[in-house]
Amino acid sequence: MADLKTLVLGRKDVQDLDVEQEMPSELMTVNMGPSHPAMHGTVRIVLTVDGERIVKGDIQPGYLHRCFEKEAEYATYTQIFPYTDRLNYVSPMINNVGYAMAVEKLLGITAKIPRRAEYVRVIVSEVSRITDHMTCIGASAMELGAFTPFLYLLKAREWLYMLLEEVSGARLTHSYVRVGGVGKDLPDGWLPKLLKRLDEIEAVLVECEVMLNNNKIFRDRMAGVGAFSKEDAINWGLTGPVGRACGIDYDVRKDFPYSIYPELEFDVPTATTGDCYDRYLVRVEEMKQSIRILRQCATQLPDGPTMIDDPRVALPPKRDAYNTIESMIRHFKHIVDGIKVPSGEAYTFVEGGNGELGFFIVADGAGRPYKCYCRNPSFVHLSSVPKTMQDHLIADIVPIFGMINMIGGECDK
Amino acid sequence: MGAHATDHDDSETDGPKVLSVSPRNPRVRTIQIHRPAPQDASFLAATAKGLGVTLRHFFKNVLRGKDHNYIETVEYPEKKVDYPERFRGLHRLMHRDDGAVRCVACMCCPTVCPAHCITIVPAQTDDKGIEKFPAVFEIDELRCVVCGLCVEACPCDAIRMDTGEHAKPVEERHDAVMTKDALLELGARSTAVQGGEGAAWRERK
Ligand code: SF4
Ligand code: SF4
Repeated sequence: MADLKTLVLGRKDVQDLDVEQEMPSELMTVNMGPSHPAMHGTVRIVLTVDGERIVKGDIQPGYLHRCFEKEAEYATYTQIFPYTDRLNYVSPMINNVGYAMAVEKLLGITAKIPRRAEYVRVIVSEVSRITDHMTCIGASAMELGAFTPFLYLLKAREWLYMLLEEVSGARLTHSYVRVGGVGKDLPDGWLPKLLKRLDEIEAVLVECEVMLNNNKIFRDRMAGVGAFSKEDAINWGLTGPVGRACGIDYDVRKDFPYSIYPELEFDVPTATTGDCYDRYLVRVEEMKQSIRILRQCATQLPDGPTMIDDPRVALPPKRDAYNTIESMIRHFKHIVDGIKVPSGEAYTFVEGGNGELGFFIVADGAGRPYKCYCRNPSFVHLSSVPKTMQDHLIADIVPIFGMINMIGGECDK
Repeated sequence: MGAHATDHDDSETDGPKVLSVSPRNPRVRTIQIHRPAPQDASFLAATAKGLGVTLRHFFKNVLRGKDHNYIETVEYPEKKVDYPERFRGLHRLMHRDDGAVRCVACMCCPTVCPAHCITIVPAQTDDKGIEKFPAVFEIDELRCVVCGLCVEACPCDAIRMDTGEHAKPVEERHDAVMTKDALLELGARSTAVQGGEGAAWRERK
């Protein structure tokens, strides 16, 4: 029997087994997931355990695969927006923005996007970032037994979702951003509502910090679990809050500022050990910084159009399309052929909720991408989990997994 | 001078430790988060503090009475939250002034629909000014991803999603297919300024 296990594991099992014990345990293989309450989305982990200790964890994602990249080849550039909504479904606005920026780069109109549109994009992105981190922290706390912070954070997240629903028309699948701007302007009186909610959210964050930060159970489950050194993190390609918790001083908004981020003032939080507790602290701080960014945007928001005035990209105004034949033809060309993007390739990346979210598009001059690749941070982070959870206990998988914040839709594309 | 600067830094208690300042944007700093010391963690004190938070919520809930909207939970089937104005809900087909369907079966919406859930069979009308109308217009609400692209794509304001209702639950899959009649029933007279007057409408404006 032991021989078979050696075969399966591909390693000598003698040093793996804890022979010092009174009763040396045998290795055992158990499945965690695909539908396990602690597996965000659906992912299966085949664990080889020695008692409670994990010897090897084989992660098998892909249960939520929707062929995003292949589907994108058959959809016009506008039709891809609904697909991007479903990548990271707790912060869809950031996906929308990242994808739109890639197409704009190909079209060479990045610098011509109206300022108001850029501001609106940043506002909705930062709101999405807060919802993303709230989901992550709330869900992880709940999985560790702290149910109250989960309820408080989800209450606050709901406020933000309601606000995004007012802007875009849908609670989750916004499809709000368009190539060349945003679909619609912010509704009247939306910003004061947002600012009021931000004050309340700050209070919620304080409450959650009081409940979690020094709670012994929470600390014991989080601190020292899943630690990652800075070198390892760079080698494994960790970005975003997870990477920053390891001490990597990298934030796309800071190092490759896009949109209006060069005009904003904010801090990039980093930590040193890269364990789950640091990841949690970095996320909390990032939410506070997002609130700061939102307040600045609210005061600086300029007036103006929210869609570029470029007939190649923008649909004609409805009034024109209804009444003049030229606009009607343009409207039809736009719908039937899609936006004609000159051939070339472009990669743009934004700071997503989980890390560097990139879109690489190869265009061949038609209305549909020749190839559309998405660098999904969740997938990259997930690949580090087998290494992280080695030699941890089974129960540690829950915080490790929670703080990676693997989003099934994004990871499996 | 230097000592003074450090004094000043120290006086800013609890200020984060700044590791570096971005060369691309001097207003963006990298900071080291404050990690509470391990000995700060405690069972009793922290639990009591946390309990304080929950108790405060409890008393706020209890003492503020029923009608105060401090309680966020909505008693759903009895009370409902209205959808916002822009909410993309069930589709509807708009009417002409005489109540006929406004759609001219131009096939824009089935073309732009990423879910391919709109089925239109066009037919001819006797009205020479209109020529085409949809004999069959069906939307499969189960396949629809509620993206709103069809509304954006319609060149004559014939389809809208502003009903403020979400798709109803159904028992059979085919019940989710909205027929032309059902869509028209939700519809109303369009207010779009439309007349096919060509460029002349600009002067009239
Ligand atoms: S909302 Fe989107 S998916 Fe639904 S019918 Fe319209 S275009 Fe198709
Ligand atoms: S786009 Fe409008 S007019 Fe054209 S088929 Fe659809 S509903 Fe009818």
